[in-house]
Amino acid sequence: MSINKSNYNDYVKKKTPDSPILKNCIKAFFVGGVICIIGQAITDLCIMLGAGLSDVKIITPIILIFLGSLLTGVGVYDKLGKHAGGGSIIPITGFANSIVSSAMEFKKEGFVMGVGAKMFTIAGPVIVYGVVASMIYGFIYWLINIVF
Amino acid sequence: MIAQILIDKTKLTPAKIVVLFVTMGVFLTSIGVYQPLVEFAGAGATVPITGFGYSLAKGVESAVKENGWLGIFTGGFTASAGGVAAAVFFGYIFSLISNPKMK
Amino acid sequence: MAKKIGKRTLEFSEKINVISYGNVVGKFEGEGPLKNYFDIIVNDEYFGEKTYEKAETKMQQTALNSALQKGILKISDIDLIASGDLLNQCISSSYSVRDNDVPFIGLYGACSTMALSVIVASMSVECGYSQFAAGVTSSHFCSAERQFRQPLEYGGQRTPSAQRTVTASAALILGKKKTNIAVKRITLGSVIDYLVTDANNMGAAMAPAAVDTLVHYFKDTGTSAQDYDLILSGDLGSVGASIFRDMTAEQGYDLQNKYNDCGLMIFDNEKQDTHAGGSGCGCSGAVLTGYVLPKIAAGELRNVLFMSTGALMSTTASQQGESIPAVAHLINFTGE
Repeated sequence: MSINKSNYNDYVKKKTPDSPILKNCIKAFFVGGVICIIGQAITDLCIMLGAGLSDVKIITPIILIFLGSLLTGVGVYDKLGKHAGGGSIIPITGFANSIVSSAMEFKKEGFVMGVGAKMFTIAGPVIVYGVVASMIYGFIYWLINIVF
Repeated sequence: MIAQILIDKTKLTPAKIVVLFVTMGVFLTSIGVYQPLVEFAGAGATVPITGFGYSLAKGVESAVKENGWLGIFTGGFTASAGGVAAAVFFGYIFSLISNPKMK
Repeated sequence: MAKKIGKRTLEFSEKINVISYGNVVGKFEGEGPLKNYFDIIVNDEYFGEKTYEKAETKMQQTALNSALQKGILKISDIDLIASGDLLNQCISSSYSVRDNDVPFIGLYGACSTMALSVIVASMSVECGYSQFAAGVTSSHFCSAERQFRQPLEYGGQRTPSAQRTVTASAALILGKKKTNIAVKRITLGSVIDYLVTDANNMGAAMAPAAVDTLVHYFKDTGTSAQDYDLILSGDLGSVGASIFRDMTAEQGYDLQNKYNDCGLMIFDNEKQDTHAGGSGCGCSGAVLTGYVLPKIAAGELRNVLFMSTGALMSTTASQQGESIPAVAHLINFTGE
């Protein structure tokens, strides 16, 4: 088979090593699981200390976000991410990591156009799509409530 | 986790996957699948970013119940205000005190 | 006068010599397999400056100064500086020469800049514009990362085909003064695009351009791999290098054991966890000035083909779904 422009991408696919999926998945599952367990522990602890359920729902993410931010600030979260991949990106701590890392990185461009503007380069889309999707749902929900 | 398979198998960037997950969270909540999952798994379902979608959707839902159509606009941000504000605040603080390091 | 041979190759009839060369690398590169070959290893990624961009600028100045010192030259002896880097508008290069009062050509060839700058410098010596001309390039892991990819502290994952940008700067000074390293021939490459879109697999995107340039050179000169001691590509990495081997073999050129890739030489991929290897302008620059040229000077190598390869995409083009075009430029260095 001769390699040419049209079959090149197929050929490259064969030549490129695959990511070790099983190993990555196990690591991701483990780390993601541990983060969720920490979240559950915080929730349980707060309830034990007598906080109301609706308060706990707000407190838990805030504490997790703080932990994610702290680990990013001291330069540990990216090392975790290197191993855990999706396991540390998907939890709310990963959301915090994406904001804090952007803010730190672009400090050099100043506090307004650097930190201020670039903070949401990675996390921005999440908020945009989350809000848009929830508004679409809200609209449908509203319609249903009116009709029935 | 599903996310890892997506990262390894597809060429999607993490940002796109996270967006997908949030949207999925909203969608699953709207068709009523996510609520039982939250009751069953607790933090296992609320800590991942899909949980963010869940709280957005729940927020809109209850706001619509209370305020009618205005709730469509207010619900999402009300429910997620704590998390977003915390992330912004800590992001700002840590950008003040620490610098990125060479990897 | 230089003589054009074939379609793409220029052969210098009067010798264009490498007067001297210098380099500076970062800490991580200084821990790699070539650690004993570099002039200066800087442990501080900021190089005493406030930003990575300023650090990269200072690295270019340091590399050029190191070359000047070894050649016992002053900056005022230089008639032209041809340099480039990876940052938008090539700021490391232009900022590093702003106090020099020397004519300057800013080049963008992505990671092919080392070869490109030396080619431009050698042509300017050949045509009489310069008595001494410098070719300089640099890349910095942190400044490249924040421009092309993600914040340093972001916990993302890299695929096995991803390469690591080398923190290094290299400078060569060329002239007609006699030394025992000469630039004998150069071949300029054309831009080749085999429609690879994965920015984490730049080696695969660049390999066809490298093959194209090398095959043109072999055809133009009527030579083949056995005429050379070493054939070196810039930064194809493990994936790209293996594709490069396959494709040249298919064109009827067996590279035997003569071939290596700078991206594979600069890091220990296993130990340093650098996935497919090094990349960036500084990668081929550091290997050339740290390893190859000293070996030629010492007489261990006599006839070397050095080819830098560059992927010419931008983040904007990538986000718009464009594929990655690439270019490769080749230099034939010879020893006495």
